Amino acid sequence: MTTEKREDGASKSGQVDRRTFIKTTGVAAGVAGGIEGILAARRAPAFAQGTKLHWVRWNDFIPEADVELKTRQVPEASKALGAEVTLETINANDIQPRITAAIQSGSGADIFHLFYNWPQLYQNSLVDVSDIANAVVKDQGGFYDVYKPSFQVGGKWMGMPHSIVGNAVAYRRSWLKDVGATEYPKTWDEALKVFTLLKKKGRPYGQTLGHTFGDAPTFAYPLLWNFGGAETDASGKKVVINSKGTVESVKFMQAFWKEACDEGGLAWDDTNNNRAFHAGELSATLNGASIYIVAKRQKEKIKDEKGEPMYLDIDHAGLLPAGPAGQFPLYFSTGHGIMKYSKNQKLAKDFLAWLHKKENFEKWFQVNEGYSVAATTSWENHPMWSKIDKPLQVFRTAARKTRIFGHAGPSSGKATEAFSKYIVVDMYAKAVQGMKAEDAVKWAEGELKKVYEG
Amino acid sequence: MKKPIAGGSGGAAGIAAALPHVRALPPGRLTRWLENERLLAGFLLAPTVVILTVFIAYPFLMGIWLSLSSTSVGNPGKFVGLSNFVKAWNDSIFQVVFRNTFFYTFWATIFKLALGMWLALLLNRHFRGKRIVRASMLLPFIIPTVLSTFAWRWMFDPTFSVVNWVLYQTGFIVTKLPFLSDGAWAMWCAILINTWRGMPFFAITLLAGLQTISPDLHEAASLDGANAWHRLWRVTWPLLKPVTVVVVVFSIIQTFADFQLIYVLTGGGPANSTHLLSTYAYQLGVNSGLLGEGAAISLFMFPVLFAVVWIQLRYIRRLEGA
Repeated sequence: MTTEKREDGASKSGQVDRRTFIKTTGVAAGVAGGIEGILAARRAPAFAQGTKLHWVRWNDFIPEADVELKTRQVPEASKALGAEVTLETINANDIQPRITAAIQSGSGADIFHLFYNWPQLYQNSLVDVSDIANAVVKDQGGFYDVYKPSFQVGGKWMGMPHSIVGNAVAYRRSWLKDVGATEYPKTWDEALKVFTLLKKKGRPYGQTLGHTFGDAPTFAYPLLWNFGGAETDASGKKVVINSKGTVESVKFMQAFWKEACDEGGLAWDDTNNNRAFHAGELSATLNGASIYIVAKRQKEKIKDEKGEPMYLDIDHAGLLPAGPAGQFPLYFSTGHGIMKYSKNQKLAKDFLAWLHKKENFEKWFQVNEGYSVAATTSWENHPMWSKIDKPLQVFRTAARKTRIFGHAGPSSGKATEAFSKYIVVDMYAKAVQGMKAEDAVKWAEGELKKVYEG
Repeated sequence: MKKPIAGGSGGAAGIAAALPHVRALPPGRLTRWLENERLLAGFLLAPTVVILTVFIAYPFLMGIWLSLSSTSVGNPGKFVGLSNFVKAWNDSIFQVVFRNTFFYTFWATIFKLALGMWLALLLNRHFRGKRIVRASMLLPFIIPTVLSTFAWRWMFDPTFSVVNWVLYQTGFIVTKLPFLSDGAWAMWCAILINTWRGMPFFAITLLAGLQTISPDLHEAASLDGANAWHRLWRVTWPLLKPVTVVVVVFSIIQTFADFQLIYVLTGGGPANSTHLLSTYAYQLGVNSGLLGEGAAISLFMFPVLFAVVWIQLRYIRRLEGA
């Protein structure tokens, strides 16, 4: 049976044959570019039937964010792209082993969730996504400064910036008021005074100095920077950690640990402080917004000593207190990488472009209520910020000043090595366990030299 | 139409006799192969050789190659000789890790042996419910390490430790014990958990060894005036020694290469005080992407474990010779 064809390739019945469709959408995609082309064609693109796209992300600390992706965005993207997109969410700590195994074997997921500066680490195995990154920049404002040293390699975007989990100090408003602090301390000296009084009342500050990927480095690196310390100079080749600023920061930490902190924090992972805070054991702790969000969502369960929902007494300080050199946070910047071994690179790019379309990203962004902020600056002006609770509003501009490890040099693979070895975290951990501040800094200098100068 | 079969029964036999003599068929190729002992041996050994090659030899040789190269994730690297080993040896974290691994293995093995032996001697006696006790003793060994270590981590939790709570409520302590937040305490906690987990393996194996010792020997020793200690030292121990050596060697290998327990319990912290060779190799190889350096660190285990196995083999050969 044959179908009579019109000149434009459509059959009389109005159907478009496959060859014509490919031609049309291909031209449209070429002219309009990527996702616009697909939408202009009003048809799913011509990916071979049964094409699958495998996407791996972490288990979000805000479970609703995963629900939004799995139950709404992924099916919609599959429909729009004409391919089967599958999202697999796994423990954050398991993503690196998965990436390593995938790269070494040359098979695995097409798109991986990337943290911090991983594009530097896996640069040889990632696809250049500058085209879609630049399109998003054009459409939604520039990326925050932290992405350039971490996601760009030689001027090319080797990862697609997605979002930043801002850290903030969650604190008990009434408890701080009890010791005379009507607002969160602005400097570390003020913080020492306030939390010394609180610890005497059995309400210490909670901080981990354990081997965790989140809360320990996001505290230790900013403490170092706020006192004027840095791992290397701007070249990234000379270790400069053994400075007056670093020694001062370590001495300060020794006093702060003893006078103000829960000393069990040396063994905490990234969840201990959440549990301890919700149990009323801590007056303050550095964390993402999850302490507040969980306390609000479980208000019947998580209550303060008066029996009131605890979330009503929780507030956030957007940055750790200032040191002599200023206030510089280390936030958890994330994005996605398309793997070079993937046979669906074009589809993967189209998918990321779809994901970052304003109307799609917006839905995910709103579900997060500030826990994760966008990678581009224009989202600071989104109406959501005026609608969410006041303690969550501190995250609106949180990502502006964030730095990344390796500072003041580039955030290279060597910076990751130093980070993975917990050298900066352990410098403080050793000092609070009794090592002299100067010796702890000297130890860190020796280790960093082996990494950066070796 | 079917052909008549030579040598068939009944009427067929007569027909066959009238036909020219058919020579017996030579054995088939497969039969000849199977009859060749050398070929058959090779054929039967092949699956084992393939499995050993794929799962033991290849990863091992790959590990050696990686340790001698600058391979990182996604970068094949080049041959760098022993520089990864030299770098590791001069690394102060590695030195701590190396010491930790020996300390952890030594004490955990001693405790497992002592307590396992004690348990085996107890279970070798007759008492009511012996079978249930023997079966339940294996529980720590059966539960997945990750799961049981999580449970222990909860018990040693810096804030919510049930052990601290009990000690505090009963008035034994006034401040929390720093189970996992002090380096030395954390290491002893890890040794304790490893002992708890590994002791049943010692106990059950030693118990099996004890059951092979004839009661007549003990009876004879008793008649000769040997007390309980003498019987243990002069009769039980010499006969149990071969089993003990094997168990100890297996335990050393497992403990020296332990990963899950430390990874879940402390992640190597605080300040590297519980890091072992395997966890440090993982940290460098996977988290930093330095596969070459990670492989070099894990290969530091090889000479130690090789020496242990060599001693064991020598000992067993000596026993066989005797």
